[in-house]
Amino acid sequence: MNEFPMTTTELIGTDPGWLIAVKALLVFAICVLLTLFAIWAERRVVARMQMRLGPNRVGKFGLLQSLADGVKLAFKEDLIPKAADKIVFVIAPLISVSVCFLAFAVIPMSGPVMMFGRETAMQLTDFPVAVLYILAATSIGVYGIVLAGWSSGSTYPLLGGLRSSAQVISYEVAMGLSLVAVFIYSGSMSTSEIVASQDRFWYAVVLFPSFIIYVISMVGETNRAPFDLAEAEGELVGGFHTEYSSLKFALFFLAEYVNILAVSALATTLFLGGYRALPGLGFTESWLGGWFTMVWFFAKVLLFFFLFIWLRGTLPRLRYDQFMKFGWKVLIPASIAWIMIVATLRVLSAEGAPQIVIGGFTAAMVLLVLAGTSIYERSKARAEAKAHEVPDMPEPTFPLPVMPSGRTSAAGILSTESGEGSERDE
Amino acid sequence: MSNELSPRQSDEVAPLRKAESEVAPVTDKGAASLFNQLKGFWVTFRTMFKKVNTVEYPEVKEPTAPRFHGRHQLNRHPDGLEKCIGCELCAWACPADAIYVEGESNTEAARYSPGERYGKVYQINYLRCIFCGLCIEACPTRALTMTNEYELADNDRGKLIFEKEDLLAPLRAGMLPPPHPMYPDADHHTYYRGEVPGASPLQENVAETNR
Repeated sequence: MNEFPMTTTELIGTDPGWLIAVKALLVFAICVLLTLFAIWAERRVVARMQMRLGPNRVGKFGLLQSLADGVKLAFKEDLIPKAADKIVFVIAPLISVSVCFLAFAVIPMSGPVMMFGRETAMQLTDFPVAVLYILAATSIGVYGIVLAGWSSGSTYPLLGGLRSSAQVISYEVAMGLSLVAVFIYSGSMSTSEIVASQDRFWYAVVLFPSFIIYVISMVGETNRAPFDLAEAEGELVGGFHTEYSSLKFALFFLAEYVNILAVSALATTLFLGGYRALPGLGFTESWLGGWFTMVWFFAKVLLFFFLFIWLRGTLPRLRYDQFMKFGWKVLIPASIAWIMIVATLRVLSAEGAPQIVIGGFTAAMVLLVLAGTSIYERSKARAEAKAHEVPDMPEPTFPLPVMPSGRTSAAGILSTESGEGSERDE
Repeated sequence: MSNELSPRQSDEVAPLRKAESEVAPVTDKGAASLFNQLKGFWVTFRTMFKKVNTVEYPEVKEPTAPRFHGRHQLNRHPDGLEKCIGCELCAWACPADAIYVEGESNTEAARYSPGERYGKVYQINYLRCIFCGLCIEACPTRALTMTNEYELADNDRGKLIFEKEDLLAPLRAGMLPPPHPMYPDADHHTYYRGEVPGASPLQENVAETNR
């Protein structure tokens, strides 16, 4: 495991101030450039999925399209609605955009490299609770959205903001729980150590259910399709940013994409071995004096970004109640059950339990899951069959106006028709 | 004939009611199976590698449908005389009031069309035109037709009012620019029957001397 003499934490701990400043600038530049590229890539790929070409006019292959859009947005009129709370209205996008960059500070983007004659790593800082720090930073981002929705002084943004807060809060629970299994396995919350502990197996393989839950909740967390209820164009005009224009709108846009990249980077770090090469390609890690590890890192991040695009191109938006039901009744219970299984296995192996006990426990869990699934499927089928049954209902009776002769019911009318005949007979 | 308006009989209505009762109640079947959802992902992934439908317009121009309603054209007889007789039927037919015509009498010195009258001023306002083609249907001499040209954008509103010279068909081989006299021994009936082949040398000479 220790092919490097120092851990990354120790390595970057000795950075002088100027190097930290340079790295901070680099991280910021990478975030912004990657966002510009990501917006272009998303538009091109989604267009392909819809048999269109996408933007291809500005620059080679339309690569400068996002830049052109940014310039256009900057020149647009900056509107503040009359009913808006001016100060909060201005602060909200600033909160959103400044917070979303924070997560990148603790993401290890490369292994040990030489930078201006000093050995360091492409990671701004690291501390023992780095992943918690990321969770904290991303959850502050929701303030930007909620405040933007509230301060707009308009209905749709308010609804969008409310939805967004509910959404981010509920999916953060599932997200946090899915990370717990990673903490249990790696024994650390420091991002660089988690990467280092994946030198044999990626956690995406070992902790596959955690990985799936994380990937789902990261889509919910970033307000992206199919969970883009906060800005549902068809329902809420633009959601929380309906009233925003010009640079403030651009800031929200930037924040959204940096957030996507941040959760993708976190997923890469925690589940796909971060900057580490694919298994069997470990020799590439020393190419370009170690800088080649950044290629691996960004390849993995972009893989996640492609997943985001793919989801957007494939799935329709969820209904709000379905979305909440899925988060609270499926993801969170599944996470908790999975964590308990992982913790039990971990304790068993730590206590030196014999292989047969561990194997037996695993087999029991698998059987339990299979049994649960089959019971669920059967009850679902039964419920469906029941729903299709036409219930044996009595003939409906309706209230009728009082007839001149004082008869009220439909049955009464019918009976008197024959009765009249008999009267005549008399 | 009187039974045409009689109300529908109850036996005609009855089958409808029956069909209503047979409709199954709507149930929420929940999410599709995992396999079906994955199939959806495969569809979008596969589509990425299909040929795109986009026509890259300014570089690639696909031909329009043959009867596409584009810019108008004022046609000529084979010897170059104009077919328009200044009758204003097109202007009267136009629902958008986009056409303005001023007729004028032909003289022996200046003849623009066979027969009595010609269109002296002919304007089509393409800011108003809806390309419905009613003017073409109204034209009694087939003088007004439509081309397939659709690039009718400009940055000046004034330029979108097309004058007669913008609309007139170009002079083809055998055509003389009017004014010039009619084909020898021809009258407007001959012209309308399409019996005039092209400008004769005699017409050319007169046109030369007029110039």
